[in-house]
Amino acid sequence: MPKKRKNVSVEDHPEEDDYDTQALHSLLPCREKQISDLLTLMGEPYQYTVSSIFMYGHASCGKSVVLESIMEYYELPHVVVNCVECYTTNILYQEVLRGLYFHSKADDARSEFVPPKKCENTNDFVRFLKKMLTSFFPNETTYIILSKADRLRDREVNLIPALLNLQEISGCNICVIFESEVTWEKYYNGIAGKSPFIMFFPDYTKEELQKIITLLRPPDSSEEFYKDYIGIVLSVFYTACRDLRELRHLAEINFPIYCEPIKKGEATESDKHKLWKNIEPYLKNALHSLYLREISSSEWTKLHVKSTEDEISLPSNFKDLESVTSTIPKRAKSGIVELPFYSKFLVIAAYLASYNPVKTDLRFFVKSAGKNKKTLKSMKKDEQKSAHLRGPKAFPLDRLMAIFYSIVDGKVPPTANIFSQITSLVSLHLLSQVGHEDQIDSPKYKCVVSLDFIQAISRTVNFDVIRYLYDFV
Amino acid sequence: MSLLSSAHDLIRKRMAGLSTPQNIRKDMNQYFLNIEQLLKRTVELGESNSLLIIGPSGSGKTTLLKKSLTNIKKDVNIGKNLMEVHLNGLIQTDDRIALEEITRLLHLENTVGDRVFGSFSENLAFLLEALRTGKSSTSCPILFVLDNFELFAMHKNQTLLYNLFDITQAGTTPMAVIGLTCRLDVMDLLEKRVKSRFSHRQIYIHNGSNFDQYVATFKDLLTLNADDIKTFAGNKNEKNKFLKQWNNFVEKITSDSSVLRSLQFQFDICKEVSSLYTALALVLFKLDPFAKPSDTAGEIVDAINTLHCDFKANVLHGLSVLELCLVIAMHHLNNIYAEPFNFQMVYNEYIKFAKRRSHILQNYSKQVVMKAYEHLIELELIKPMDSSATGVHAGVGSKLQKEYRPMSLLIEQSQLHEAINKYNGCPTDLRQWAMSSLE
Repeated sequence: MPKKRKNVSVEDHPEEDDYDTQALHSLLPCREKQISDLLTLMGEPYQYTVSSIFMYGHASCGKSVVLESIMEYYELPHVVVNCVECYTTNILYQEVLRGLYFHSKADDARSEFVPPKKCENTNDFVRFLKKMLTSFFPNETTYIILSKADRLRDREVNLIPALLNLQEISGCNICVIFESEVTWEKYYNGIAGKSPFIMFFPDYTKEELQKIITLLRPPDSSEEFYKDYIGIVLSVFYTACRDLRELRHLAEINFPIYCEPIKKGEATESDKHKLWKNIEPYLKNALHSLYLREISSSEWTKLHVKSTEDEISLPSNFKDLESVTSTIPKRAKSGIVELPFYSKFLVIAAYLASYNPVKTDLRFFVKSAGKNKKTLKSMKKDEQKSAHLRGPKAFPLDRLMAIFYSIVDGKVPPTANIFSQITSLVSLHLLSQVGHEDQIDSPKYKCVVSLDFIQAISRTVNFDVIRYLYDFV
Repeated sequence: MSLLSSAHDLIRKRMAGLSTPQNIRKDMNQYFLNIEQLLKRTVELGESNSLLIIGPSGSGKTTLLKKSLTNIKKDVNIGKNLMEVHLNGLIQTDDRIALEEITRLLHLENTVGDRVFGSFSENLAFLLEALRTGKSSTSCPILFVLDNFELFAMHKNQTLLYNLFDITQAGTTPMAVIGLTCRLDVMDLLEKRVKSRFSHRQIYIHNGSNFDQYVATFKDLLTLNADDIKTFAGNKNEKNKFLKQWNNFVEKITSDSSVLRSLQFQFDICKEVSSLYTALALVLFKLDPFAKPSDTAGEIVDAINTLHCDFKANVLHGLSVLELCLVIAMHHLNNIYAEPFNFQMVYNEYIKFAKRRSHILQNYSKQVVMKAYEHLIELELIKPMDSSATGVHAGVGSKLQKEYRPMSLLIEQSQLHEAINKYNGCPTDLRQWAMSSLE
C-alpha cells in the first residue's frame, strides 16, 4: 500500500495505515473492497504494478471517483484523459504528455524539458513519454487513466494493443487504466495485446444507494428524516432507474416539495404517511416529465414555486397538483410544428399510405367500394405483420396524391405549391425520401412521424385518422 | 525495506518482465543455441541472416530473444561490436516512421540529437547507401529485431521488409533480421519477392505441453533463490530463514489440491502463463509466507474462478427491473421469430406482459421504456443490425425512426437464465414470465 507522502511513516505501522485508508473509506462509502484491491495492486510508488487494469461497471458506480480520489490522496503521478474529448489519437497523446508535464513537481526538470507541440504518431509518443518519465518520475509508477475507453475502439486498430503493452514497449514503470461500461470481450480486435487485470465495479444495492444519497443530503436536514424521504424516492424510481446520479438529482430537486407541509405546519417530521401522500403524485409525475427531461429542472422548480404562491389564495392541495399536471402535457405536446392546412393533409395522407396495405386503399378511400363483409374476414390480421410493429413502408408519389385527394374536401388544384410542400415536408424530417435522392420521376417516400403526432395533427383539422388505419379497424 | 516487501518487489519485477526467473523451460534450450549461433556468426564471420520466431502470445518469444542477447553480450568482443535496432509493429505503424526510427537508432549523419532530416525517399536512399557501402568484413554488424512482425507485413508494398531482406542477401553490411510474431500464417502475408529473399529459417515455440510444466513455471515465478536473496537488505541469518519460510510456503501452495484443480482448469482453457499471472496479481502482490497456506490457496482459487465468470452476467445484474424485463421480452421475441426485432415489437411484448401479469411495471410510459431501451443499446447488450459501427452513435444518420430500427440481442439463453437466478429482488411474476420460454 502506498504511503501518503506527507506523513512518511515506516512500513510496520499498521495503525497508521488503517487510519489512512479509513479516510478514503468514509469519503467513498460502499467501495471498501475495490479501494483495498486497487491499493494492493498499486503497491509502493516505486514498485512495478500490472501493465494495465481494465475497470468496468455501470455508469455512476464509482469507477472514476474511486480511482481519482486514490490518486489525489496519495499524490501519485497520473493523468486522466477522457477518450470522448480526445477524438483523434494525436490529441490523446498530446493530452497525456501535457497532463504529465503539468503534474511534475520538480521545477528544474520542467524548465529543461518542454512537451512537444505536436505528437503525430505512436512512435513519437513513446519516445517523449520515455524521456519525460525518466526525468520527472524516475522512481514512481505513473498512471494513465483513460475514461470512456470504449471510444478507443473506433480509433486505429493498433492503439489498444499498444496501450496494453505500453509498460513493455516503453520500458518505464507505467500502468494504463481503462474505464468502461462495456465488458472486456468487446475490445478484442484480432491483434494480441497483453491481457489486462480485469476489475468489476458492482452496482449499488438499494440499501447502498439509500445510504450514499443520504450522505449527500442538504446540510439543514436530519439524517433520519432524509433517509425516509430517499426510501420514498427509491420506491418510485428504483424499478426504472438505478443510476446514482439521476436518483440523487431527482431526490434533491423534489425535496423542497416534500418539506412543504412541514413548513406550512400541516404536518410534522414524524407524519410519514401524510408526507408520503403529499409527495407521491409529484414523484410519479416527475418520472414522466422530469426523468425524461421533457421539462428542465429549473422549470420544474419554478413550476413548483409558482404553485405554492397560488396556494396562498387557493389553499387546496389537490388544485395545485392539477395545475402541475395540466401544464406538463401541454408543454410536451408543444413540440408539434404548426403546418399549413394542406401540408397537414399531406402528412396525414403520407401516414395512411405508409401504414396501410395497398390492397385496402379501395375499401378506405373509394366511396362505392365493397361493404363490410370483406372487412370482417380481414379482421383476423396477423399481428406480426402490422405496420405499426414493423415500421412504415415506402409508397410512390402517385399513391400519396390519390389518398390526399380523397381525404381533402373540395377541389385542390395540383399546383407547384402542393408539390413543393411535399419536398419541404421531407426537409422537415416528417417524410423521408427512399432510394435515389435525385429522382423526379415517381419518387418514393416514407412517413417518419409517430402515431401521437399524426393524431394531434388530424384533431386540428377534424379528421379521424384511426378510422382509416387498417391496424385499428 | 523489509524482506517481505523486497520479495514482493521481486515478484512484481518478474511479472513486468524485468527480471526473468532463473529456470527456463527445458525445451527452449535448443532454441537458445540456435539464436546464439546465428548472432555469433553474424558478428564474427560477417554473415547476414534472417530468422522468424513464431509462437502464440505469451509463449516466451521475447524472453527467449532477450536471454540469448544478454548471454551473447557477455562476450565483450560481441557486445561491443553489435548494433541493435528494435522495432515494434505496434508503434512503427508505417515505413516512414520505421525508417526515421532506424536512422535515429543508428545515429547516422542526417540526425542531430533526436531529429531526423530529409523526406522519406531521401531517408531510404541514405539508409540504403549507408548499408550497401559497408563491407561484410569490416562494417559493424547490425541486429534488427522486428516485434509484431506481421504488422510490418501490412505496410504498403512491404518496402521496409523488402529492403531489409534484400540487404541480408547482398553480402554488404552484415545484418541479422529477427522477426517475432504470433501468426502462424505469416509467410502467406509476405509478397513473393520478399518471401524469396527471406532465409526461411523459422523457430516455432509453443506453450509448455503438459500440466506439470505449467505448474513448474508458476512455481518458478514465486520461488526465491539464493541469488535473489543476496540483493536484499538485512542480516544473513534472517535472510536465510526468510528464504526457507517463503519457499516452503510456495511449495505448500503449489501442491495444494484445490489450487492444482483450479490451475488444471485454467490450463485446460489456456496454456499461456502470463495471463494467469495477471489474473492472480491481486493474490501474488500480497503473498505472505506467515499466513495460513489454505487461505492463500482459497484466494487463488477465487481469483481463477472470477477470471472465468461471465462478464455479461455481471452487467445484467446491474440492470433495473424495467431493463431486465425488456431483455426478457427480446428473448421471447427471439424465440418466437428468428429475426431481428425493433422497439415497437419489444414494447408490444412488454405491454402484453405488464397488462396481464405485472402490477409494478404498469405505470411506465412509452418514453420511459424507450430510455431503458437506449440504455441497453449503450451497454451493447443489443446491437443495431443495419450499421457495422458499434457504440451509441451507431446509425444516427439512418433514415429509420429509432422505434423501427432492427436490432439483435447479444445475450445467450444461459446468460439470461443465470442473471435471473442471481438477480436481487427479481419480482416473481417477471421470473415466471422469463422461465416460461427458457425451458
